[in-house]
Amino acid sequence: MQKLLEVSGLNAAYGATKVLHDINFSLEAGQITAILGANGAGKTTTLRSLCQTVKTTGSIVFDGQQLIGKSTESVVRMGIAHVPEGRGTFTALSTEENLRLGAYVRADKAELAHDMEKAFTRFPILKQRRHQQAGTLSGGEQQMLAISRALMLRPKLLLLDEPSFGLAPLIVAEIFRIMRTINQEDKVSMLLVEQNASLALDLAHHAYLLETGKVALSGPSDQIKNDESVRKAYLGY
Amino acid sequence: MEAFLQQIASGLANGCIYGSVALALVMIYQSTHHINFAQGEMATFSTFIAWALVQAGWPYWGAFFATVAISFVAGLLIQRLILRPVEKAPVLTNVIVFIGLLLIVNALAGWIFDHTLKSFPSPFPKDAFFASRYFNAHAIGSAAVMVGVLLALFAFFRFTPIGLAMRAAAQNADSARLVGIRVSWMLGLGWGLAAAIGAVAGMMVAPIVFLDPNMMAGILLYGFAAALLGGIDNPVGAVLGGFVVGVLENLLGAYVIGTELKLTVALVLIVATLTLKPDGLMGKKVVTRV
Repeated sequence: MQKLLEVSGLNAAYGATKVLHDINFSLEAGQITAILGANGAGKTTTLRSLCQTVKTTGSIVFDGQQLIGKSTESVVRMGIAHVPEGRGTFTALSTEENLRLGAYVRADKAELAHDMEKAFTRFPILKQRRHQQAGTLSGGEQQMLAISRALMLRPKLLLLDEPSFGLAPLIVAEIFRIMRTINQEDKVSMLLVEQNASLALDLAHHAYLLETGKVALSGPSDQIKNDESVRKAYLGY
Repeated sequence: MEAFLQQIASGLANGCIYGSVALALVMIYQSTHHINFAQGEMATFSTFIAWALVQAGWPYWGAFFATVAISFVAGLLIQRLILRPVEKAPVLTNVIVFIGLLLIVNALAGWIFDHTLKSFPSPFPKDAFFASRYFNAHAIGSAAVMVGVLLALFAFFRFTPIGLAMRAAAQNADSARLVGIRVSWMLGLGWGLAAAIGAVAGMMVAPIVFLDPNMMAGILLYGFAAALLGGIDNPVGAVLGGFVVGVLENLLGAYVIGTELKLTVALVLIVATLTLKPDGLMGKKVVTRV
């Protein structure tokens, strides 16, 4: 299959603190890829590097184009949607306005209503909350909103930063089920960052394991799941 | 009683102007959390442009709209060229830039248009049908203009994609970038709008106070007071604050402290708001669940 994203020799730093050291990985179009690792391993920073919200060197080629040196806004315009850590909700705006903003860079405004309906079908609770200030939504609802907002871009690649964070297991299960549907129906490629390794490995086709800013292990999810050391360190059985 | 009502009426008329200036301040504060100290001088300069156009034989409303457009572009350029480099700098750096801007614009106005008082025409004829016992034609006319500006702004922010993007950028810049909004340009637009609103305020006040490079200095202080009193992030609050400040200033000036000390009303209001109710009367408290 064709590679959607090819990252090589990626370094990232916050000021003088280097966080990523010579990272290499790639994503296949249409697949879900997971990045696993402990706190501080550089998972979030990897996503931020793709969106160019952190200083990076190396090479990130998406869809045949180099991302390094581009502005965040331009990266988004190329079709990368990011559900950031903390969900990035526009708290003072309504649910509907949040969704509208997701489609801000799209030219086909006519399709917007259709996509919004689609989001409401997937997450019916959002329809009920349509005119409510987004800051008053529960954590789970805000996560659903964040994913829906990102999908309004009709992205080629969806970056998800810990969608399970701080949510009840039932809500997490629902969100992950819908993420799988989105991947299958809309063929949206996903790069998923998770601390909950078993959850992520169940969803993803392929996984990378980060340790202190380096890729420690990679392979198909099934293989990683059965790896002795991963199981002990991250899956806890 | 008659005199009392007269004082209230002229307070409301002044309040309109203060409200417009406050609105311009809010425009920039909302997106950058900075108070633009040069707002008044920029408005004065815009008014000089309108004056020059009228002198050159332009019809009033032609000059009015041309000035608004020129001011918008100038405001945008000021943000792009002067403020963008210090966008991420600490507040103090920005304050210094604002003060520098204030001095430069003030000096430029004096240098180009000199310091003699100039009379500026009002577009509303004295005997217009809407003139009444308490409100002269200019007071009613400028109030209508300000309400028009307010409605236009409301529609812009509420119903247009760019308006929504500006609100999003003001509220959560990082998230706004992640949906592809060019945040820095939104700040530029905010500056453009503020400059345009300031220009309207300047052109409405000039017929009352005469035009000179320091025309807006005192008015800006009342504008600050109005913006703070209304809630510095709330456009409607800013306008209402303007009316309150206008009326208070006039009544206190006439009956309590005398006209020479009127400006202290603004200062007392600023200090009182900041100590007693820092969010202002209508300042927004955003509800967040975490």
